[in-house]
Amino acid sequence: MHEVAIMTEAVQMAVETARASGAKRVSALRLRIGQLSGTVPEALQFAWDVVRSGTMAENARLEIESVAPICWCATCQAEFECQDFLNECPRCHNWSGDLRHGRELDIVSVEVN
Amino acid sequence: MCKECGCELGGGEVKLGGHSHAHGHEHHHHGDHAHGHIPGPVPGPLTLNLSRSLMEKNNRLAERNRGFFRAKRLLVLNVVSSPGSGKTTFIRETAVQLAGKLRLGVIVGDLATDNDAAQLRTAGIPVIQITTGTVCHLDADMVAKAAAQLELDKLDVLVIENVGNLVCPADYDLGEDLRVVLLSTTEGEDKPFKYPPMFHSANVAIVTKSDLAVAAGFNREQALSNLSRVSHHAEVFELSAKTGAGMTGWLDYLAVQRAAVTNQ
Ligand SMILES: Nc1nc2c(ncn2[C@@H]2O[C@H](COP(=O)(O)OP(=O)(O)OP(=O)(O)O)[C@@H](O)[C@H]2O)c(=O)[nH]1
Ligand SMILES: [Mg+2]
Ligand SMILES: [Zn+2]
Ligand SMILES: [Zn+2]
Repeated sequence: MHEVAIMTEAVQMAVETARASGAKRVSALRLRIGQLSGTVPEALQFAWDVVRSGTMAENARLEIESVAPICWCATCQAEFECQDFLNECPRCHNWSGDLRHGRELDIVSVEVN
Repeated sequence: MCKECGCELGGGEVKLGGHSHAHGHEHHHHGDHAHGHIPGPVPGPLTLNLSRSLMEKNNRLAERNRGFFRAKRLLVLNVVSSPGSGKTTFIRETAVQLAGKLRLGVIVGDLATDNDAAQLRTAGIPVIQITTGTVCHLDADMVAKAAAQLELDKLDVLVIENVGNLVCPADYDLGEDLRVVLLSTTEGEDKPFKYPPMFHSANVAIVTKSDLAVAAGFNREQALSNLSRVSHHAEVFELSAKTGAGMTGWLDYLAVQRAAVTNQ
């Protein structure tokens, strides 16, 4: 639901970065979004179309890398793949909520020229 | 670190946002334009690596709020729930019952109306309304601006009523000391499982509208068991803001928390 706020921040960071480097426009924006980040890809895309208009990123390409959730088991000292926030370790069957991946809301890079 | 699940929460401290990524990020160097710190026109496309969280700015502002509130010796609560779970009623009742002991001020976020603010003001509580429009959560910047309009020196506890929403507010640290999540007996017992980030990040979980539990067919055991699984950092209170039942435990807890802030 907060995709517009997230995208606004992303476009702002991209534009600031481009400006600081002396570039005239942003040609691509790469984000890394966790599958458990609470954002919906379609809504992000929609927000992107709205938010970039009239900015240096107006004609930029959006690339979103989706990150699958990975949980850490402190008992086994090992990561395991998961679907959710709280997960049962497949090895020792203890519960863990220590997500190592899947909650990302990151800006990876911007391409400028 | 939390013993229960090994997460980064615990010890009453709320830390939000993604984990930091210490994994090797590739750095593309493009001749003289490495990392693009050189001003002037750039010939071809140039990739600038950022690898930063989009929540960074909010987190920074939240830390600033936290420092500011701490200096003012304020205990700050961020109250979240689904729409209509009883946040405003609970905050009003808390303020009324604390009158003469602790002074409460409220920042209330609402999508469109100022009904909540009006209701609190009628009860004699200092309140600032933030109309968020289409924004479904409060952020640290909105809170800083609203707090500046309150006479903070005359307050002991600052309560922030977030927008009724269990998704988005989970990601936004406001600079609070305690995150308080409400679960009313008229909503499903499985709410904690439907909104785990919110319930997991809570320091306090309030089961509200206990007076309606029987009528609503509320499965208390199930709800408490779900809370203990997801909200395992949280202190749990069961109460009715309407009848006042169970309020005492919560008010005592609040007084202890406020004393802890003052003694730091
Ligand atoms: N019976 C009973 N009703 C309650 C209780 N707490 C709140 N209510 C009622 O529930 C309704 C919603 O309460 P509010 O306090 O406005 O809820 P809210 O969470 O602030 O709502 P939003 O700000 O719109 O998200 C009102 O009609 C309240 O009178 C309670 O403990 N018992
Ligand atoms: Mg309200
Ligand atoms: Zn294990
Ligand atoms: Zn935990």
